[in-house]
Amino acid sequence: MWRVARLVAAKDLRIEWRSRVVTNQVVPFAVLVLVMFAFALDVESVLQRVAPGLVWLAVMFSQFFLVQRAFAVETSDGALDALRVAGVDPAGVFLGKALALMAQLASLVILLLVGAVLLYRAEIRADGLVLLVTAACSATAGLAAVGTLYGGLTAGAKGRETLLPLLLAPVVAPVLIAAARATEAALGTAGTALGDGWPWVGVLATFAVAFGVVGTVAFGPLIEE
Amino acid sequence: MEDLGFIAASYVLTLGSIAALARWTLRRGRRLARTLRREELPWT
Amino acid sequence: MAVTTQPVQTERPATGRVTATGTRVTRWLAVACWLGAGWLLLAGLVLSPPDVVQGDSVRIMYAHVPSAWIAYLAFVVTAVSSAAYLWPRTRSLTWDRIAGASAEVGVLFMGITLVTGMLWGRITWGVFWQWDPRLTTTAFLFVTFAGYLAVRGLGGSHEQRARRSAILGLLAVVEIPLVHFSVVLWRSLHQEASVLNPNGDVQLDGFMLFTLFTGVLVFTLFYLWLVLHRQRVLWLQDHHDDSGLDEALSARRAEEGTP
Repeated sequence: MWRVARLVAAKDLRIEWRSRVVTNQVVPFAVLVLVMFAFALDVESVLQRVAPGLVWLAVMFSQFFLVQRAFAVETSDGALDALRVAGVDPAGVFLGKALALMAQLASLVILLLVGAVLLYRAEIRADGLVLLVTAACSATAGLAAVGTLYGGLTAGAKGRETLLPLLLAPVVAPVLIAAARATEAALGTAGTALGDGWPWVGVLATFAVAFGVVGTVAFGPLIEE
Repeated sequence: MEDLGFIAASYVLTLGSIAALARWTLRRGRRLARTLRREELPWT
Repeated sequence: MAVTTQPVQTERPATGRVTATGTRVTRWLAVACWLGAGWLLLAGLVLSPPDVVQGDSVRIMYAHVPSAWIAYLAFVVTAVSSAAYLWPRTRSLTWDRIAGASAEVGVLFMGITLVTGMLWGRITWGVFWQWDPRLTTTAFLFVTFAGYLAVRGLGGSHEQRARRSAILGLLAVVEIPLVHFSVVLWRSLHQEASVLNPNGDVQLDGFMLFTLFTGVLVFTLFYLWLVLHRQRVLWLQDHHDDSGLDEALSARRAEEGTP
């Protein structure tokens, strides 16, 4: 299973490296979202206060595109069906795709945090770094797991593009809440104490593990014909 | 009764939407069953 | 002398005067729930006393609370039916249809819960909405099962639909505690003086409690009535789709037969 996962993850990342769809389309979109929030919300002190929340909102919106992209590469030539028919372990496919997605999401998070520092005057403090990195890793893991699972569920179905956000948004709500609160604690936004962030990391970790396990088990039956 | 408007609206919406779903379901059932005979239905 | 015989009418059409999906059970249920609804209106609006604190607005509770419980019941049934479908030994499309019918009725009752809750909240709190854990999780449940119904409409074979929906139905069971817990944790940050909860500060006296239970009973009857009919209509829909396919196939074969 892990061998398959490694191969699939490498394949997905290589496809992205060659086609640069994420770097050329999704990243600019995410940065644009940050800019649009500034237009919409106007007041600079407000922006600084809500910067963590806005970062994770932008991540969430970008996640929809990343998941659709992750499965578009499979369904365009029937590659997913070919993998399935060839008897490749579906759990491995799930883990591989989730890992690749996590890598893409993580890079996006880093970029958006830099964007928040530049655009919203967010301040990243040194003693909050451990919390920030832990929170970001567990959040992206959870988003990747649940995104791969729901992407598989809607893959190849007519009208799935608009359905995926509708299904995914309520499910990732806990991640949005938890990641934003943990980031607030890490950054010290509005005087939030560092210690307040760790319960939220617990939520994020639980989410990631729960959907990691569920996805590994459910992905096979899901892509079966 | 004060706030009668809100209270009445609650009950009207509640029972009204139940009745609407029921009506839609029963009509759809009639339409779909038009080509079948009674004996073919598994619940009779 | 010619003897003419009338052909015996053995073929009865499936559609009756009112329903095609009705049976004796559903007729009794219908009578029971609508009579019960009348009784609920009488008890709730006229016979039961206004609340000491909230006055007459408490009467909305008799519609709001039972519909919430029935919605939860409906989703539990959907989850159990989904599991029953996925379990190889009990796999049957009937479970899939029950899951779908129950989810539809559940979404209806959840919608009723949210709307009546908002009306009640407007009177008691002055606002239509509050971000407290229960309301937020309720709204989340509503959207999740609306999404479930959308997935059921995605198309494909009956088995594909059943499998997809069943997995989704069970995923909801995982999601709901996660969301609820996150929201509880989130709202505990805000230290609101009291999370105002309309039926939190209502003292239920004897008759009010009785009316509440009447509401639960009546709504349960409505649930059973609606799900029975809806589930049968889904059978008819599936049957209709299948026979449409059969007709298309036999028409195609007939075409091929002619040189």
